[in-house]
Amino acid sequence: MHSFGYRANALLTFAITILALMCGIASFSDNFNSPSPTAQVQVLNINWFQKKPDGDDEVSLTLNVSANLESLFTWNTKQVFVFLAAEYETPKNSMNQVSLWDGIISSKEHSKFRIHTTNKYRFVDQGSNLRGKDFNLTLHWHVMPKTGKMFVDNIVMSGFRLPKAYR
Amino acid sequence: MDWQGQKLAEQLMQLMLVIFGVVAFITGYVLGSFQTMMLIYGAGVVLTSLIIVPNWPFFNRSHLKWLDPSEVEKHPKPQRSNFGPMKKASKK
Repeated sequence: MHSFGYRANALLTFAITILALMCGIASFSDNFNSPSPTAQVQVLNINWFQKKPDGDDEVSLTLNVSANLESLFTWNTKQVFVFLAAEYETPKNSMNQVSLWDGIISSKEHSKFRIHTTNKYRFVDQGSNLRGKDFNLTLHWHVMPKTGKMFVDNIVMSGFRLPKAYR
Repeated sequence: MDWQGQKLAEQLMQLMLVIFGVVAFITGYVLGSFQTMMLIYGAGVVLTSLIIVPNWPFFNRSHLKWLDPSEVEKHPKPQRSNFGPMKKASKK
C-alpha cells in the first residue's frame, strides 16, 4: 500500500469483490419468494381455419388472456417475459408447442392484466393434424432478474378443441 | 505513507467497504429497492477512496527514524566468508 496507484487498485478490486458477493446474496434471496400467480384464457372466436397450399394447417384465434403475476416480482426483478403457447400431440411429434402471443411486463403495476387479441404469431401445424384436435393453452413466464438466476414456470390450461372441419 | 499508515489504510479500507456493503444490502432488501442498495454502496466506495487513497498526514504519524550516516561507519558490514561454496557441497 505504498503508493497511490497501489491503494487505488486494492480498493477497486476489493470493492468489486464485495459487489459480486452482494449480487450473489441478492439473487439467492429470490428463493425466499413463493409466488402464487393466476391466469385464465378464453378462446373467443376461431376466425378462420384452413389448409395452406404447402399442406400445413393454419388457424387464427381471438383470445382473451387475463393473469395476475404480481407475486412473481421481487426487489431483484428486472422484467417478466410471458408467452402463451398452444400445446398438443400429433402422430409425428409427441409435443408441439406453438407460441401464440408474448409480452414483456416491466413492473409490478402492469402485471395484473387482461388483453383481448388475435394471435400475435401464426398458429401453423407441421402437417395437417389440427382438425378436431384437443390442445392446451399454457402461459409460460421467465422472471428475469437484475442480477443472478432466472426463474421459469408455467400454468397449463387444458380443455380446448379445434373444429372438426375447416372454416 | 509509513508502514503503520499503510497497515491502517488497508484495514480501514476493508472495514469500511464491508460495513457499507452490509448496510447497503440490508437497506435495499428492507426497502425493496435494488437501486437504493447500489447507491449506498457506490457512495461508500467513493467515501472510502477519499479517505484511504490520498496520502493524508495522519497516515504518516509513526515516522521511521533512519540510521544516521555517521553511525553507519562505526558498524562496518560483515565480511564475506567461505560459507558460500560450503553450502553447495552440503546440498549434495
